[in-house]
Amino acid sequence: MKTFYWLVKREFWENRGGFLWAPVVTGVVFLVLNVMAIVAAEVMSARHGIQIGGNNFREMIAKASDGDLAQVGAALDMTMLSSMGLITIVLGFVVFFYSLGSLYDDRRDRSVLFWKSLPLSNTGTVLSKVVSAVVLAPAIAVVVGIAVGLLQLVIFALVLSFHGINMWELLTLAHPMRAVASLLSSIPVYALWAAPAVGWLMLCSAWARSKPFLWAVAAPVVTGLMVTWFGIMGVFNESALWFWSNIVGRVLLSVFPGSHFAMDKHAFRSMAGDLGEAHNPLALISPTQTYALLGSPNLWIGVAAAVAMIAAAIWFRRVRDDS
Amino acid sequence: MNAIVSASGLRKHYKNTTALDGVDFRIESGRIVGLIGPNGAGKTTALKAILGLTDFEGRLDVLGFDPRTQRDRLMEQVCFIADVAVLPRWIRVREAVDFVANVHPRFDRAKCERFLARTKLTPDQRVKQMSKGMIVQLHLALVMAIDARLLVLDEPTLGLDILYRKQFYQSLLEDYFDENKTIIVTTHQVEEIEHILTDLMFIRDGKIVLDSDMDAVGERFIEVMVGADKADAARSMKPLDERQVFGKSIFLFDGADRATLEAMGEVRRPSVSDLFVATMKGTYA
Repeated sequence: MKTFYWLVKREFWENRGGFLWAPVVTGVVFLVLNVMAIVAAEVMSARHGIQIGGNNFREMIAKASDGDLAQVGAALDMTMLSSMGLITIVLGFVVFFYSLGSLYDDRRDRSVLFWKSLPLSNTGTVLSKVVSAVVLAPAIAVVVGIAVGLLQLVIFALVLSFHGINMWELLTLAHPMRAVASLLSSIPVYALWAAPAVGWLMLCSAWARSKPFLWAVAAPVVTGLMVTWFGIMGVFNESALWFWSNIVGRVLLSVFPGSHFAMDKHAFRSMAGDLGEAHNPLALISPTQTYALLGSPNLWIGVAAAVAMIAAAIWFRRVRDDS
Repeated sequence: MNAIVSASGLRKHYKNTTALDGVDFRIESGRIVGLIGPNGAGKTTALKAILGLTDFEGRLDVLGFDPRTQRDRLMEQVCFIADVAVLPRWIRVREAVDFVANVHPRFDRAKCERFLARTKLTPDQRVKQMSKGMIVQLHLALVMAIDARLLVLDEPTLGLDILYRKQFYQSLLEDYFDENKTIIVTTHQVEEIEHILTDLMFIRDGKIVLDSDMDAVGERFIEVMVGADKADAARSMKPLDERQVFGKSIFLFDGADRATLEAMGEVRRPSVSDLFVATMKGTYA
């Protein structure tokens, strides 16, 4: 167990740039852009003598109906989550390229010989990389996303409070705690959803003698083209689109958080429903929404495939001999 | 005698070459074995088989383990330096020590830090900022702090300058080696290690062509320098090799009668590199 902890720590050391600094920099850039936009808006409105807020705004809130207030809350929640949205896209890329390089880069620079000179099992090594990809990286991204989101919320509230609006009143309309809980609780489901892509990329990483990216992408895409061209899926009474979405998409794009909305039709349907009812972006990431995915066979078939591919990656890690 | 490594009928084929062709050998505890051979003779393959880094046919026993199936446990007692500059480029000195200290049950951190204190390495330095010589110093400090029973060195000093090379072997002898440890080393710089070796193994085309301890080598192989007048007599005794120096001929004999040779001229023990060249004659032809 102690060894496993240190193996994961090693992955963090090696990939600090992707795991930590990529989301931090994204978040900071996002905040800076926002502050610049706010400053620009303030300057513009001051120059043109437009008075935002003040009594009008306060009266507006006082007179607002519950529905209107909910909308203000939803808007605030949206500002908080927007930074997370950007960070999750970055996270998708980080996990993709991390998985693809995880079992290949050290073979290329021969440092694998150093790791293999230590009493580390191949199973432990590969699993530590899987955990880094599906738990460590998303956990860091979520924590950074939450921090950036809260900062963003505070900045907005501060700006509005300069216009005479009670900051705390506004903040009570938003749901930061719910957002934080939703984001944190989504990590395990993300791990399961992303597993087949991580498994496939790591399998390519362990197997390829060179150019793992090409193999990882070309193999499913070329297969997809063949399937489309020859109409093979017709045998199973499915369209070629089924193959693209359930095979090609799952092994390549599942690393992007939220990709299940596009690839799992149940998730898509319930998302559309929830969003329509709640009028709040938080419904998208609510635990009931996220964990509904656990009922989808798509998820579990993916997990089973991931287990097989990771086992194969462990085997290739042992036998690949190209030093 | 307890064998650290014993191999019989070791075979390994690559696509169109035979790297090991039925190799048998035994390595006892407390020895420093030089495994010497031309490029492509199978040295590295033999070492990789011992370290469980490659599959092979035949029987191989390393410290009582089968390296193919019991590698994880074997590696607690075996250490290797595969080549210079295989330390990951991103790692810092501090991280490397931390990591090995926490995953290796036989690592002595204080010892490692003592070795590092003798070098110019600083804890925050990354491998990519180091010269080849410094990388090898770090690697050696890590490895020497591990109480392993078998240390395998594959070309450990390739590309290092002479100061680092001398220091490398000197540290190994002074601070590491004892009767409970065994070292297997391959190198092309034979003359630099011949005085530290206790055993010598020559490998050629996947076969062991010489396997002997250094004392026996000195008894079996004799070099004699004779004048032109006695050259023909020497030649008739079927020397392994002949070369000319300052108008005299130097003959290398395998198992010839010492007294007869002493009568012909000045007798001495051949250097390992001369022996190697004579044994490997025609390898690349």
